[in-house]
Amino acid sequence: MSLALPAPDIARALIRISHEILERNSGSANITLLGIPTRGAHLAKRIASAIESIEGTSVQMGTLDITLHRDDLRMRAPRALMPTVIPSLGVEGRDVVLVDDVLFSGRTIRAALDALGEIGRPKSVQLAVLVDRGHRQLPIRADFVGKNLPTSIEQSVVVHLTELDGADEVLIEGPLP
Amino acid sequence: MKHLLSINDLSKVDAISILDTAQELARVSDGPMKKLPTLRGRTIVNLFAEDSTRTRISFEAAAKRLSADVINFSSKGSSISKGESLKDTAQTLQAMGADAVIIRHSASGAAQRLADSKWMSGSVINAGDGTHEHPSQALLDAFTIRKHLSKGATDLAGLRVAIVGDVLHSRVARSNVLLLSKLGAQVVLVAPPTLLPVGIESWPCQISYDLDEVIASVDAIMMLRIQLERMSEMYFPNAREYSRYFGLNSDRIRAMKAEAIVMHPGPMNRGLEITADAADGARSVIVEQVANGVSIRMAILYLLLAGNQEIAENGVSS
Repeated sequence: MSLALPAPDIARALIRISHEILERNSGSANITLLGIPTRGAHLAKRIASAIESIEGTSVQMGTLDITLHRDDLRMRAPRALMPTVIPSLGVEGRDVVLVDDVLFSGRTIRAALDALGEIGRPKSVQLAVLVDRGHRQLPIRADFVGKNLPTSIEQSVVVHLTELDGADEVLIEGPLP
Repeated sequence: MKHLLSINDLSKVDAISILDTAQELARVSDGPMKKLPTLRGRTIVNLFAEDSTRTRISFEAAAKRLSADVINFSSKGSSISKGESLKDTAQTLQAMGADAVIIRHSASGAAQRLADSKWMSGSVINAGDGTHEHPSQALLDAFTIRKHLSKGATDLAGLRVAIVGDVLHSRVARSNVLLLSKLGAQVVLVAPPTLLPVGIESWPCQISYDLDEVIASVDAIMMLRIQLERMSEMYFPNAREYSRYFGLNSDRIRAMKAEAIVMHPGPMNRGLEITADAADGARSVIVEQVANGVSIRMAILYLLLAGNQEIAENGVSS
């Protein structure tokens, strides 16, 4: 197991992503951050508070559970549903930024797009991830990436966050590429 | 969990996970799009060998909101009325590729028989078997009580619930006593002695013969239907007397705690076990119970059918 991203690097990456989101959208007024539970939701919270300290105004933030739209439900044991919280202004006409911890096959994001379509029609949908580890199986890319981590398909990427795991770190497990 | 046959099959954790799942799914029923793709391509059979309105349409609505295909099947107008056995019916459903069978039957244990047999391989969901159990009703009742009274807690600890009326013939009462006590609530059954089953002492609940003694102390009161079709044996002298001693009327409503709620699994005999003003009053959550029933049944279908049960049972998970 090797440490790919220590805590200070995670903090810097999230600050940079926050600035990039603001730059791309010319401010925070029309942004709605939606974190994908569980770790994406915590990352969305951190990006929201970074944006608030940069801009001095609050930003719309919520969570989006994608379990019911997954295409691999039948291949796994039944999953518990996580909360979906849509902020007060909804998603209609908003610039929605989806936030997740690791971008891998792209299937989670495809499910998220489906789940989002059920709630409304955003003006645009962007994607922010802490780690992009490659191996995409669908034509999906991230707009904001904390770190690109080249991995082999046998390896797994583990993200730990203080809120859940007691420490901030990104680890790579398994054989070296 | 492959089948849902009895509340006894559920641990407290299982029960809470069904309630939590239903809470998330209720959001779908409230939202603009009432349909999810989750059970697309799955076939669910409603096998109702006994009359039912809300349970059958509630399961049907739940299955359709999850995009499953639903086949309705009732004893009237099918070969059951020609005397076809449960075994032959089950094998027919198996041949048609049913992923789940929701069964209501007048014989206690019918769902268990279907699940234990090798007649079919799908999931079996008990929608009421004789005077035995009706687990999905108990789950929706617990969900309704939790929503109104638990103040954010996941279980029902510290709440007191009265179940009033014909406990003897009631599968709803049995399932509720098991589930509510499992979730930490204190249950008190109120009924004339003639309408309590033999062996009631072993149930995890209290017993009272006096509704007025109990009414001020409960957080929720659940009125059971007097099953007129089963009242040929003179369990009480007449309907008027039953109504006076065990019916819920506006005087008794006024004696209840400020926050207390009134429940009824339906169908109601207005004027017998509950008066119209009690059934339609501000405390009544009877209509809401029906809406919650759809969410609970979506949760049951999701948890039984969406995942891979082999992986769940062998404990291999990614």
